[in-house]
Amino acid sequence: MTNHLLFENIDEPGLASIEVYKRRGGYQMAEQALAMARDSIITSLKDSGLRGRGGAGFPTGLKASFIPQGKMDKYLVCNADESEPGTFKDRELMQKNPHSLIEGMIIAAYAVGANKAFIFIRGEYVQQAEILEKAIEEAKAAGYIGSNILGRGVELDMWVHRGAGAYICGEETGLLDALEGRRGNPRLKPPFPANQGLYQGPTLINNVETLTAITYILKVGADAYKAMGVEKSSGTKLISVSGNVRRPGNYEIEMGMTGRDIIYGLAGGIEEDREVLLWFPGGSSSPVLTKDDLDLPYDYDSLAGAKTMLGSGAIIVADDSNSVVDIAVKTASFYKHESCGKCTPCREGTSWTTKMLKRIQSGEATPMDLDVISSVCEQIMGNCLCVLGDAMAMPVASMVTKFRPHFEAHIEQARVANEARLLAELSAQGNVLQGIAAD
Amino acid sequence: MTIRRDPLDPNERELVREGAPAPAGPRRAYLPDLPEGADLTQEVVRFDHGSRVPGWRPATDLTKDPSGVPDPAQVDVPAALRAEIEDFMSRYPDSRSAAIPALAAAQRVHGWCSPQAIEQVACVMQLTPGYLTAVVGFYDMLEAKPVGRQTVYVCTNISCSLRGADALLESLKLAIGDDPDVNIRGFECLGACDIAPMCSVNGVYVGPVDDTEVLELAEQIRTAQDPLPEKQLVRRRVADVAANTDEVARASRDTGTLDPVSFDEGSMA
Repeated sequence: MTNHLLFENIDEPGLASIEVYKRRGGYQMAEQALAMARDSIITSLKDSGLRGRGGAGFPTGLKASFIPQGKMDKYLVCNADESEPGTFKDRELMQKNPHSLIEGMIIAAYAVGANKAFIFIRGEYVQQAEILEKAIEEAKAAGYIGSNILGRGVELDMWVHRGAGAYICGEETGLLDALEGRRGNPRLKPPFPANQGLYQGPTLINNVETLTAITYILKVGADAYKAMGVEKSSGTKLISVSGNVRRPGNYEIEMGMTGRDIIYGLAGGIEEDREVLLWFPGGSSSPVLTKDDLDLPYDYDSLAGAKTMLGSGAIIVADDSNSVVDIAVKTASFYKHESCGKCTPCREGTSWTTKMLKRIQSGEATPMDLDVISSVCEQIMGNCLCVLGDAMAMPVASMVTKFRPHFEAHIEQARVANEARLLAELSAQGNVLQGIAAD
Repeated sequence: MTIRRDPLDPNERELVREGAPAPAGPRRAYLPDLPEGADLTQEVVRFDHGSRVPGWRPATDLTKDPSGVPDPAQVDVPAALRAEIEDFMSRYPDSRSAAIPALAAAQRVHGWCSPQAIEQVACVMQLTPGYLTAVVGFYDMLEAKPVGRQTVYVCTNISCSLRGADALLESLKLAIGDDPDVNIRGFECLGACDIAPMCSVNGVYVGPVDDTEVLELAEQIRTAQDPLPEKQLVRRRVADVAANTDEVARASRDTGTLDPVSFDEGSMA
C-alpha cells in the first residue's frame, strides 16, 4: 500500500484550524527551518529530487537556487490557480489542510529570502479562499507570519489574491500580470521570474502541492523522500482521477505505479465494465494514451518516453461509449476560449482547429482536413510565448494521429447522414426531384 | 491615406478621410445598408456607429473622447466599497494589483461591472475606466453586461461532459426558465471533476447532480436557499480511502461534516 504524506489523515475533523494542526505536530518544521541555514534547506530540496507538481516538472530545489542573493524585495507566489481541466488536487489540500501549505510557504520564503508571499487562488474557489484567509489570520495571530517571526528577525507578509476566472493565469508569467492587476497575458521569457518576476523583483513561483510537499520533505528527511517513488521521479504525487471511472477523486500515490493500477485499482475501473477508449495522463493538455498504454509506469520520465507528460497529475478516462471527435471538439474549444490572444499562432490556430473539428463533427469536412489540423498544430507548437497553444495542439494532434480511422469513419458517416437528410428535405418540398425527373 | 478628427472643432466629429481612393467595390457582405441607387464610388460607406468596418460594440461611442482618471470630488463611492478597495490596495507594494479584487467587490455591490461600478473603482484606485474595462473584458467572472444576482456556473469541460454535464446545463436552464435574477451559464473546468456533473451556486460546489434533483436544485436557486445540502463538496471525504486511519474516518463521519456514503464504499478498499 502507498505511503501517505500529504493526504495522511486529511479528513481529521478541524484540521483546517491551527489548534488541530499544531496538535499533529504542525509548524514544528517551520520552527526548525528558521534555525537552519538557508542554503541547507535548498540543498535538501535538491537532494529530495522534488520536481514541480504544477505541470512542468522542473526540479524545485534548482528553481529556488536561481533566486539571487542580497537584500531586496523578493516574492514568493503560490500558484493555486489550478485551472488545468481534470485537476482538483490542490482544492482538496487547501480546503482540508491549509496550514500545511502555509507552513511550506514559510519555509520556502525563508529559504530564498522572500519577504512577501501571495497565494493566487482561482476566483471560482470561493470556499477554499475563505478557509485559506482564515488560516492565514490564525498563523499571523500565532506569530508564524509577521515582521519578526518567532523572534528570529525574519519578515514575511502573506495574502490571498483571488483571480477572476482565466485559464491562462495558471501560466506563471500570466499569473504575475494578473497579480499586478492587469490582463493575464504571459510575458516573454527570459528574463525568468526568478530574476524579474512580480513588480520586476526576484520571484519564486510554485504550485500548492510542491510547497506543501516541502514541509513533509523536512519532516521525513530528503533521503527518505527520495527513496519513495522511482529514480528521477521521487516522492508521492497527488493525482486526480476523473471521467468514466467508478470512484473518481484524489489519490496519493508513489510515483511509478502503473496506469492500470490507478484506473482499475484505485479508481475502481470503468463504469459498466466498458473499455478504455483513451486517457489523458496529465490534464487535458497532455497527449492522449490508449488502452494499450495502461501498463506504463506513472512517473515523469516513463510518460515523457511515451511522448506524453505527467503534467498536473490529472488522469481523465473516457470509455468507448464516447466519440473521440466529441472529445477533440470539447478540448479544442476550451483552449480557443482561453487563448489570451497575445501570440498569433495560438490565437488563430486554436480557432482554426476548433472550426475544423466542428466541421468534422457536423459532417462538412473531408479527410484532408485531418492533415490540415496536424499541420496547424505543428505550427503552433513552440512558436508562442507560453504553452497554451501547445496545450491544445498536443492532445488534438495525438488524437488525430492515434484515432485517424475513427475520425475518417465519422467524417464519412456524418457526410452520408447529412446527404440523406438533405435529400429527405428536398423530396419533402417535392419540387427539385420533380425538376430532375423532368430533365 | 490618413484618417483624422479635427480636434479643434467639437462639432466636427466626423471622421475625415483624405486622399483616399474611392472604395473599389468592397465585398457586399461587409457593407451597411445604403439607400437604393447610392453611388458607392462617391461615398465613404459607414455603419451606423460611424466606422467603415462592422463589429464594433454598440456601446463604443467613437465620437467621445476617452475618459481620464475620475476626479474624486465628482464621483460618489459607497463608503463600504471604498473601504474594501482601499484595504485591498494596502496589501500590495503596487496598488494597481488590487484591480481584480476591487472590480469583484464593485460587482458584488452593483451586480455587474457597470460603467458606474467601473467609474467608482477607477476613482478610488486612480486608474482610467478604460484600463479597468479592459481588465473586465479579460476575466470570465467579471460581468460586462447586466446579469442576475444568483450566479450558477455549470462545468461543461471534458471531465464533466463525459458524465453528462451538457444535459445538466440544458435541464437546469429549462427548470430555472427565464428568471432575471439567475445568471446561469456553462463554465470552464471548475476543478471538481470528482463530483461531476456539478455546478457552482454562488461559489458553493454541488454534485454529482442527478436528473431527479434538477427541479429541487432549480427551486433552491430561485429562492436563494442552500443548494442540495447533502451533495455539497465540503461534506465529501477524500476518495483515497487509505489516506485516513479508521479512527479519523469514523470521527469525521460522526461530526457529520463529511459524506457518509464514500466512507462505506471506502471500507471495501
